[in-house]
Amino acid sequence: MTRTDWQAMLRRTSFIELNARQRARALLDDGSARELCGPFDRIESPWLEPQGVVPQSDDGVVVMKGALDGDPAVVVAVEQAFQGGGIGEVSGVKMATALSLAARDTRAGTPTPAVLLLETGGVRLQEANLGLAAVAEVCSAILELRALQPVVGVIAGSLGCYGGMSIAAALCTRLIMTEEARLGLNGPEVIESEAGIEEFDASDHPLIWSLDGGRQRVGTGLADTLVLDDVTALRTAVIDAVRAGMPAEQRSRRIKELRAALEAVDPARPPEPAALADVWARAGAKGDGR
Amino acid sequence: MQTLTYEFPASRPAARRTHVGVVGSGDLEVLMTPADGTARVRVRTSVDGFDTVWRTVLERFFARNPVAADFELNDFGATPGVVVLRLRQAIESGSSQGGTEGAA
Repeated sequence: MTRTDWQAMLRRTSFIELNARQRARALLDDGSARELCGPFDRIESPWLEPQGVVPQSDDGVVVMKGALDGDPAVVVAVEQAFQGGGIGEVSGVKMATALSLAARDTRAGTPTPAVLLLETGGVRLQEANLGLAAVAEVCSAILELRALQPVVGVIAGSLGCYGGMSIAAALCTRLIMTEEARLGLNGPEVIESEAGIEEFDASDHPLIWSLDGGRQRVGTGLADTLVLDDVTALRTAVIDAVRAGMPAEQRSRRIKELRAALEAVDPARPPEPAALADVWARAGAKGDGR
Repeated sequence: MQTLTYEFPASRPAARRTHVGVVGSGDLEVLMTPADGTARVRVRTSVDGFDTVWRTVLERFFARNPVAADFELNDFGATPGVVVLRLRQAIESGSSQGGTEGAA
């Protein structure tokens, strides 16, 4: 599915062009999706209006229970158009609670894997420490559920996944990306403003994608599956990732490999992005080929 | 940010509540809840000073589409054209022949 051929281009339905609610519905089986804490529950952020920012009725996170290929699942989708997908107190707690409830349902006899659609710049700066705490709760809830059921992360684009939420992405059992998607701890503009344009030129899109893009992240084993921006391709990849069940060892626990990866790179003379996969493979750092 | 409220006479009841749109750049979200006899509109907008434009756009819309409901608009700099499109989308998906809640 990664090769872009004309027929596939013409037939496909873009996933990137969907909003968060449409994305969550598109992944679940037809007619099975049921939204929790939806817009009419009006659980919006109490911190935005006092700062002169218009809130959104769902605080930018959509929680959808339903069936995935016939079995129960929960999908949590971040809306990238609202405040850059920033995670605040309410949106973060919605995600963390959905994961904890999936763990509770699993323990009670209804296995409930989770799918996280992560288009986010990380913590919403207007909510500062509350946002940081919420991201920590999300990470902790991922750890709770992934011991019982797969937690599948999807970064489809076009925003990408940065900041604290990139840590959440790295904790996922499996990570699916498109070529348009990006994944990194510090966003390009943060690096440029902190370290200067000599260190990183945030207007250089080929540079950004050569480092943070889906192809590079999958090629270097930091993500698992590269898919075409297509609703059917995404849904198939998500179903496959859930069906694959629990890995022998979670990526974030493969400390030896991650340490080898760090040791194989000299920060004073970093390799070309295209050479990184080879450098890491020689160092025995790359993932187990999943 | 500014909060504005308006009321217009409305004779056509909305069949069901509906939600459309996103509070994203140049867009807005609309929450429509059926009510009796009046179209009550509350606008929260990121752009200050457009009270008169909002009144004109909404007056014209509800003169043509007298849908009785509460409308909550969370706006992030939508142009009048986008506002009218989102309102029309809301009343269409909230009518008895309309689509499902939260279709877009």
